[in-house]
Amino acid sequence: MNAARAGKAPRSGKMLPGYNFAYLDEESKRMIRRGLLKAVAIPGFQIPFGGREMPLPYGWGTGGIQVTASIITPEDVLKVIDQGADDTTNAVSIRQFFERVAGIASTTRTREATIIQTRHRIPETPLASGQIMVFQVPIPEPLRFIEPSETETATLHALGDYGIMHVKLYEDIVRHGHIATCYAYPVEVNGRYVMDPSPIPRFDNPKLHMSPALMLFGAGREKRLYALPPHTAVVSLDFEDHPFAIQRPEAACAICGSTESYLDELIVDDAGARRYVCSDTDYCQRRAEARGEARGEAS
Amino acid sequence: MYVAVKGGEKAIRNAHRLLAHKRRGDSARPGLSVAQIREQMFLGVARVMCEGALHDAELAALALKQAAGDTVEAIFLLRAYRATLPRFCASLPLDTGAMRIERRISATYKDIPGGQQLGATFDYTHRLLDFDLLAEQEAPPPPESVPAPTEACPHIMALLAREGLVGQERKAADDESAPDITREPLAFPASRAERLQILARGDEGFLLALAYSTQRGYGRNHPFAGEIRVGKVDVWLEAEELGFCVPAGEIEVSECEMVNQFVGSRKTPPQFTRGYGLVFGSAERKAMVMALVDRALRAGEYGEDASAPAQQEEFVLAHCDSVEAAGFLSHLKLPHYVDFQSELGLVRKLRREQARTGAQEAEKEVAALETAP
Amino acid sequence: MSALAHGMRMDAALPADVPAMENSQALMQADGLCRLFGPEQGCQDISFTLYPGEVLGLVGESGSGKSTLLSTLSGRLPPDRGRVRYRDGADWVDLYATGEGRRRALLRTQWGFVEQNPRDGLRMPVSAGANIGERLMAQGARHYGRLRQSALDWLRHVEIDISRIDDTPNAFSGGMQQRLQIARNLVSGPRLVFMDEPTGGLDVSVQARILDLLRKLVRELDLSVILVTHDLAVARLLADRLMVMRRSRIVEAGLTDQILDDPQHPYTQLLVSSILRV
Repeated sequence: MNAARAGKAPRSGKMLPGYNFAYLDEESKRMIRRGLLKAVAIPGFQIPFGGREMPLPYGWGTGGIQVTASIITPEDVLKVIDQGADDTTNAVSIRQFFERVAGIASTTRTREATIIQTRHRIPETPLASGQIMVFQVPIPEPLRFIEPSETETATLHALGDYGIMHVKLYEDIVRHGHIATCYAYPVEVNGRYVMDPSPIPRFDNPKLHMSPALMLFGAGREKRLYALPPHTAVVSLDFEDHPFAIQRPEAACAICGSTESYLDELIVDDAGARRYVCSDTDYCQRRAEARGEARGEAS
Repeated sequence: MYVAVKGGEKAIRNAHRLLAHKRRGDSARPGLSVAQIREQMFLGVARVMCEGALHDAELAALALKQAAGDTVEAIFLLRAYRATLPRFCASLPLDTGAMRIERRISATYKDIPGGQQLGATFDYTHRLLDFDLLAEQEAPPPPESVPAPTEACPHIMALLAREGLVGQERKAADDESAPDITREPLAFPASRAERLQILARGDEGFLLALAYSTQRGYGRNHPFAGEIRVGKVDVWLEAEELGFCVPAGEIEVSECEMVNQFVGSRKTPPQFTRGYGLVFGSAERKAMVMALVDRALRAGEYGEDASAPAQQEEFVLAHCDSVEAAGFLSHLKLPHYVDFQSELGLVRKLRREQARTGAQEAEKEVAALETAP
Repeated sequence: MSALAHGMRMDAALPADVPAMENSQALMQADGLCRLFGPEQGCQDISFTLYPGEVLGLVGESGSGKSTLLSTLSGRLPPDRGRVRYRDGADWVDLYATGEGRRRALLRTQWGFVEQNPRDGLRMPVSAGANIGERLMAQGARHYGRLRQSALDWLRHVEIDISRIDDTPNAFSGGMQQRLQIARNLVSGPRLVFMDEPTGGLDVSVQARILDLLRKLVRELDLSVILVTHDLAVARLLADRLMVMRRSRIVEAGLTDQILDDPQHPYTQLLVSSILRV
């Protein structure tokens, strides 16, 4: 995590006066990094941490921001996405925050980024070894909506007592004929802990499995950290006769023509006509450019 | 085609300028000064200090100004600022017995050592809009007498405790340091010290409703307002290198001690129980509801059946913070295209499947009718 | 039920400090259990042995400590003193000395607990099928079709119309809820089932049907049961052996017929005569 370098003067200079590099004081960053080290050591296990109040509201990514703030170094290149896009308002706001308080370089290109903070998506472009994904997590406890008590869920995790998780999936099939959990689809990590992958669509779940990138999860309001070290087995919960399956896109992207990526639906006129475009704007743009070049060469 | 999601950067910038403009209002009128807010809106300032967990009237007033009077937003501003402040040390416990009292009442005794003192209060006012304030230019007439702050007088609880009528609270060991809920993650069950810290920062409206629910029978604990006192206390620090204590300044606090339902058995003589509230500034309503909820949360300690909402520690402590609650609420305004899209896709698919099976069943019915003799 | 012969021992009279012998035929053994909330509130000086296939009734008026004792025996309420041991195969498990993991595993596999109010023992928002399947899923069953098959089998066992498999218990009558709760407990093939007034909240006609069902299941599955009831008629119908509790202590213990037909302790005599007068 290049922790030792944190705190050095930033490369690009333009930093908000009166605040430490990356906003948090070094003591707080160390506390968070200690939590992250534990999280990496016990994949999928939620580590409580002394979450700080951030200048952005709880629920807007304060957990992810604290994780990013505690691991970022002046040499890092940050990409921030929300709903897969770099230019959604909250992604812009968080990127600006780090530009202001850390003076770091940012990018929209998945391949160029060393840290990718995200809300609700994993980029379509495959991640590489050395990259770090930072997820913003609203409710870290996968059992929360089945068992509201924290004391009880902690015990269930400790004992690996996950029967009630399957009760929920069973009920889904009873009611809908399918497992109707579309996002925040629970996974079993490294054969041990059941984990909430944050509200990514289940389309993204397979990208967690054996990923070469380090995945860090931060829940600010709930004050929990958890992690998937690179190359960790991540299995989406299911039944043998109702295996986990992703929702295949129903159309091709109207811009880049991809039939492989997760699509946003746009309603383009008052009659409700729909078009679909990639949720991952960087992926879409690269593909559109490549197609343009290909066409250019052809003509 | 991408207009719907593009251009976030510019839109944000302009929204903030618009807000700044709107906050200032008509520039022909003089702007509100922070000093005016601090002095003339001191109760609002007290609430921001208390729930913002930072005793600084100047910054609390600034936060209220910046938040255009939105208390929850102002509390959030102050909290975010507070989070960046270094922590040098913990003060010694406040000696509220040595408070320079500006207001002190007891509902349990008519006459108390040191006397009751009404101070500045809305109590006993008739809630009639004072239209004079519409045009107020002049200062109101001064009070007939300004009572000198009452010097150190004993807590009523201490008098009861001396007789054994109320239980003694556990004294912290000498080497026991106070937990800090803003630095250490909370684990359940929480200690009483942690609970009180959270309640002190908790949203007044939420705690008021919970306290009220105990009065209406959801976890009744028969409270009497043993003592409410408002005034100034000194904050002392232990200077380790000097080997003695130094005063760091004075702060205004409101303290409430409730005398509650007595407990006892054939073996242990009956004793009243108590709930405690202590908050920054002049904020006695908050101090009172804090005391009621504190007592409700002690149900387990007294072997009471903890079935009412106000008695459920996890429920109360996890939901009483307005910064957490308002933040998570406001995140509903963030885009959820991706989650919604995945549900939309599934619902469409399920509807299609149902339409198909529905059609098949209808066909079967028709076929059955046709083949029927 | 050859174990009944042992059951005649008046274990309740054993002083608490005498270490009970390990009995290789016993299923559960309580030694000097004590859990008090106030003077004579709760249970104290409780020692007894339970044998496989035996139905042990705890009777006494409300407040006598039956339910406290049941909670203590079933791993839900640690005693102030004494211990509870359970024989798991060749292995004796000291209930409160062992880890919570082991205790919970027992509770959801080898044990069952039928609550008086079925709402406390069922997961009300989920279907009957899921209620029955939960224990199996907790043990790692991951085949939806087979889970449903077990649920159907058990619904038949407890005489619930199998077309109700996908309905939530909210839509069930009190008697059906109680039968569902029984199925939910028995699906894991437990050896020992705790029951707290299992027919307490039901109409008399419904009670009779549940009692019949319980009697049948106990015999078929060779279950051991510890049953709390204030109703001596229920005790006579189900229990092989009774322990009579009064003010936190066992005042009399023995074979059910013996106790009900020839009570020795004045309190038992009163209890029996009052029910007979009714």
